[in-house]
Amino acid sequence: MREPLLRLSGLEPFVLTNEIPFVNVGERTNVTGSARFRKLITNRDYAAALDVARDQVENGAQIIDINMDEGLIDSKQAMIEFLNLVAAEPDIARVPIMIDSSKWEVIEAGLQCVQGKPVVNSISLKEGEEAFLHHAGLCLAYGAAVVVMAFDEDGQADTFERKTEICARAYRILTEEVGFPPEDIIFDPNVFAVATGIEEHDNYGVDFIEATRWIRENLPHCHISGGVSNLSFSFRGNEPVREAMHAVFLYHAIKAGMDMGIVNAGQLAVYDQIDADLREACEDVVLNREPAKGGNATENLLEIAERFRGDKREEKKRDLAWREWPVEKRLEHALVNGITEFVEEDTEAARVSADKPLEVIEGPLMAGMNVVGDLFGAGKMFLPQVVKSARVMKQAVAVLLPYMEEEKRQNGGGGKDTAGTVLMATVKGDVHDIGKNIVGVVLACNNYEIIDLGVMVPPQKILEEAKAHDVDVIGLSGLITPSLDEMVHLANELEREGFDIPLLIGGATTSKVHTAVKIAPQYTRNQAIYVTDASRAVGVVSSLLSKTARDPYIQGIREEYSEVAERHERAERAKSRLPLAKARANAMQIDWSEYQVAEPTFNGSKVIDDWDLAEIAQYIDWTPFFQTWELKGVYPRILDDEKYGEAARGLFNDAQAMLQRIIGESWFGPRAVVGFWPANRDGDDIQLFKDSDRKERLAKFHTLRQQTSKRRDSPNLALADFVAPEGVADWVGGFTVTAGPEEIAIAQEFEKNGDDYSAIMVKALADRFAEAMAEMLHQRVRRDYWGYANGEAYTPEELIGEPYDGIRPAPGYPAQPDHTEKRTLFDLLQTEEATGVELTESMAMWPGSSVSGIYIGHPDAYYFGVAKVERDQVEDYAARKGMDIEEVERWLAPILNYRPGEVRTIAAE
Amino acid sequence: MHSFRLPKTETYDALTRAAQERILVLDGAMGTQIQSLGLDEDAYRGHGGHACAYHTDHPQKGNNDLLILTQPQAVEDIHFDFAMAGADIVETNTFSSTTIAQADYALEDAVHDLNAEGARIARRAVDRATAKDGKPRWVAGAVGPTNRTASISPDVNDPGYRAVTFDDLRQAYGQQIRGLIAGGSDLILIETIFDTLNAKAAIFACFEAFAEHGKRLPIMISGTITDASGRTLSGQTPTAFWHSVRHAQPFTVGLNCALGADAMRPHLSELAGVAETFICAYPNAGLPNAFGQYDEEAEDTAGKVEIFAKEGLVNVVGGCCGTTPDHIRAIAAHVAGYAPRKIGEKADA
Repeated sequence: MREPLLRLSGLEPFVLTNEIPFVNVGERTNVTGSARFRKLITNRDYAAALDVARDQVENGAQIIDINMDEGLIDSKQAMIEFLNLVAAEPDIARVPIMIDSSKWEVIEAGLQCVQGKPVVNSISLKEGEEAFLHHAGLCLAYGAAVVVMAFDEDGQADTFERKTEICARAYRILTEEVGFPPEDIIFDPNVFAVATGIEEHDNYGVDFIEATRWIRENLPHCHISGGVSNLSFSFRGNEPVREAMHAVFLYHAIKAGMDMGIVNAGQLAVYDQIDADLREACEDVVLNREPAKGGNATENLLEIAERFRGDKREEKKRDLAWREWPVEKRLEHALVNGITEFVEEDTEAARVSADKPLEVIEGPLMAGMNVVGDLFGAGKMFLPQVVKSARVMKQAVAVLLPYMEEEKRQNGGGGKDTAGTVLMATVKGDVHDIGKNIVGVVLACNNYEIIDLGVMVPPQKILEEAKAHDVDVIGLSGLITPSLDEMVHLANELEREGFDIPLLIGGATTSKVHTAVKIAPQYTRNQAIYVTDASRAVGVVSSLLSKTARDPYIQGIREEYSEVAERHERAERAKSRLPLAKARANAMQIDWSEYQVAEPTFNGSKVIDDWDLAEIAQYIDWTPFFQTWELKGVYPRILDDEKYGEAARGLFNDAQAMLQRIIGESWFGPRAVVGFWPANRDGDDIQLFKDSDRKERLAKFHTLRQQTSKRRDSPNLALADFVAPEGVADWVGGFTVTAGPEEIAIAQEFEKNGDDYSAIMVKALADRFAEAMAEMLHQRVRRDYWGYANGEAYTPEELIGEPYDGIRPAPGYPAQPDHTEKRTLFDLLQTEEATGVELTESMAMWPGSSVSGIYIGHPDAYYFGVAKVERDQVEDYAARKGMDIEEVERWLAPILNYRPGEVRTIAAE
Repeated sequence: MHSFRLPKTETYDALTRAAQERILVLDGAMGTQIQSLGLDEDAYRGHGGHACAYHTDHPQKGNNDLLILTQPQAVEDIHFDFAMAGADIVETNTFSSTTIAQADYALEDAVHDLNAEGARIARRAVDRATAKDGKPRWVAGAVGPTNRTASISPDVNDPGYRAVTFDDLRQAYGQQIRGLIAGGSDLILIETIFDTLNAKAAIFACFEAFAEHGKRLPIMISGTITDASGRTLSGQTPTAFWHSVRHAQPFTVGLNCALGADAMRPHLSELAGVAETFICAYPNAGLPNAFGQYDEEAEDTAGKVEIFAKEGLVNVVGGCCGTTPDHIRAIAAHVAGYAPRKIGEKADA
């Protein structure tokens, strides 16, 4: 038979052959040994923590030690999560894992996560033979090698006698009673600190080395390991001496048979290259020798140690070379790279050398931000990076602010020195503000003062604040369609109140056409301008506020808008709309004769409260997240995109880090409600019934029909077409999900600390959570609650392509553009009581990270856009809903194919 | 909890002696034989056989393991055909008989009966064969990988997520293995291992079941190298895989499925070079054609498997997907003249 050798594995095998004198166990992924790793784990920054593990493997660690024993974290959970993530990284997982904990339950949890053959660190006789037998038997059953500490019921072994006696006893129990392979046993005879000044400690180095020799000679096939850094504990802060001590100790211990150790291989002196005096002093201490030149070994080393102190590590200098640059350059570097770490000290340094604190802003900080702006303009930096730069800027300004206030007080106040003041607001009835906040940050980066009035701001307040602060520009944002009307109304008010400042329009629902056709004509004294995205905002605002560029710029906009309006008018007239009767005659014809659908498992509404943030996160579709940050592309390809890849990866890492905190610290309180009702089509409406006998009517969902003239075989759709007529049993459902209102307070907290980047991030993620919940809930509905597709097994990733049967259209979106249908849905579901989600006067959902809609189950149902409707349908719809025509026209304003109040035009045909 | 001081079963030594004397033959593909019967949904449910005592609305066609309960005679006849074709070891039809795999068919409750009955049917078949020709034969209780992986996330966006835990698998495998032992299996065969962590849970479950049983059964462990990368689906090399399962002190370790014999050879050679136990190999009948069928002829497969024997790589050979009694007959004939591999001839790589 072959000589028994320690055989471990990750994805690849590791055999401790006789040719390998010493195995380096990577110790950087140990929270008790590495402050950096501890910080990453407590902050749940697993992406960076994985990088630490990867670096160790790349630097030659043959085994990596993973330890999560930190009082503030759930060590067991952290062990599981980290090992599961490591398993997904082939460049880390290729080496064996050493599962390191003082708690058996953490070790056992770790053992259940690794497919390779790991090492357990450690077990011992500390709690007696019974526990030792139990743990050893489990290690064997899980297939792990073990580190056995020289520790028994009486404590940790310090002398040669105790070390050898305990190890011999443990060896006998393991090999004879458990049947443990001796080659899988690694003894740790305890490295203790020497040169402490206490005489009893002087022989600890010798005790370890001699015990090692004895164990290797008397206990066949086993191995010796140890934590070397303990040895030099009394020389903390003097790295050169510590490294020399370690090198000397290892030199002798390895010769005695130590073949494994937890050491930082990057910080180990080479025995031969240690200064001769230092080496001799170390050797005297480690080997407890009488110094040749007399005196006491410890005192000699202490004396000589002073000569070597302060030898800074070269590596750090290289990494932080920019720290040696002049302060202006350092600030610029920090701004461009979004580094907040040193910004306070650098700003302070700049302030001290400047005449006035303001000069720091106008000088180096603005110069740095100009570089950022230029890079952004040139497409070399992207939005997430710019927002990070803004975070640095804010922190720098925060340092200067008290001095500026003080100066102002002494001078009796002063004028403003910004490029201009911009008032920003999300209009009444609307709660969405991510885009607005991004624009605000980008403008602030360019030295504009931002007055942000927040969300759901009534027009009167906008007018008052604009006057009070004498602002130069007003920016309005909105996401839902009723906000368009609010903007029109506000433009009208500006005109009436005699304002003469530019009005910026932005947000998902806005468009150049709408601005040109509906808003700009209301405000002729100055100009309403549509801003496509944040990256354009600076250019637009600076043109508008420039004395020379302003007039030609506005003239250009006016010409462009009048052209847009005309083109729109022509196009609309050219589009033929069918009279409602004709459109209805071309409704979708589904053959209902054979149709049978499962009956939902409950009738009426039900609160769903078993949400797990980690599970929801799996359903996130990341592509829209990148769109929020103006990075255009499809996830995950965008991460490797030539142009956006770097910015996308940075953003994604930050998002993942925050996601981990959201999950780990339960930032959000997701809530949902879902309901089902027996239903049948009634013309263009969907009649809901109270019970399955369909006698008592409950409510009606009203739907709108396409009136565009279609090619021969395509129908003029209304959502009602997808629901079975009377006589066929059918159901529709409804739902509301929300990530909860918590994001609002969290974002405010970030904003308060000058961290707009994180504030925007948390909102963007809350939106993604709500959308992911909608996707996840829909799947549960199909599989369980309604259950018409209980065998469905799509992965979250596959769901993004909507391969399943049935749809979940949302009121206010293209298939049913009328937001007021939400009121019916909310009443049916009792959404407000069930989830806390409320409707604003514009029928926007508060909190913003909410999604609602109805469920239609027919496999032929699909999403479509109603597009423009004619007056005949609006009149019919108003009658069906029991609303005034004018009110319906107000809600449907964006999709009217006619001007309300004007003389009736005759529809084509 | 575990100790290798547990005594071995009586058949353990007989098997070891047989494997030292000659290359043993394992049977071929159950699925291929079942497919050739052309059973419909009714037949799976037991029409013309035994009506299923477990009621479920889920379609059962394709739930091959269920035939143990609904068409026991058909299953026994397949086992018998393989035994008469030359198989020394016959595998139970229980590849998917865990609560985890049967959840797809809503038949979790049937798991104990599937395994115990599955072992009894295989036992009846080999006893019939032995009564005919007097040759000893053994029943291997087949333990499949389940349809979930403990060390791979099913969601690329969430690499830390796991659809199944070690404990889930340990419990499900434990239930299966207890059933297989109760039905009289001679060995436990943990096969088609895509993810070694699943296999480690099965090994752990074996230890627990053996402790209750009071005796240690021989364990056969068979990994699957999925493609030309030469690694398991979960990314391990053959040697790393061996290190991960070596603590089971298995009767055999080896490879099956995914590859034909020629593509399997280099990986088998690596494993035979490092493992200090018997080696087992049962490749597919080549690679599937465009219709997903295996059309490698019995003689071709046997010729390639013969090379394993000729090079001294194997102690047990058989067939996986696409191999019929004809293939097993040909394989048995081709390897008959070769001595089995001797353990521990090669040094460490």
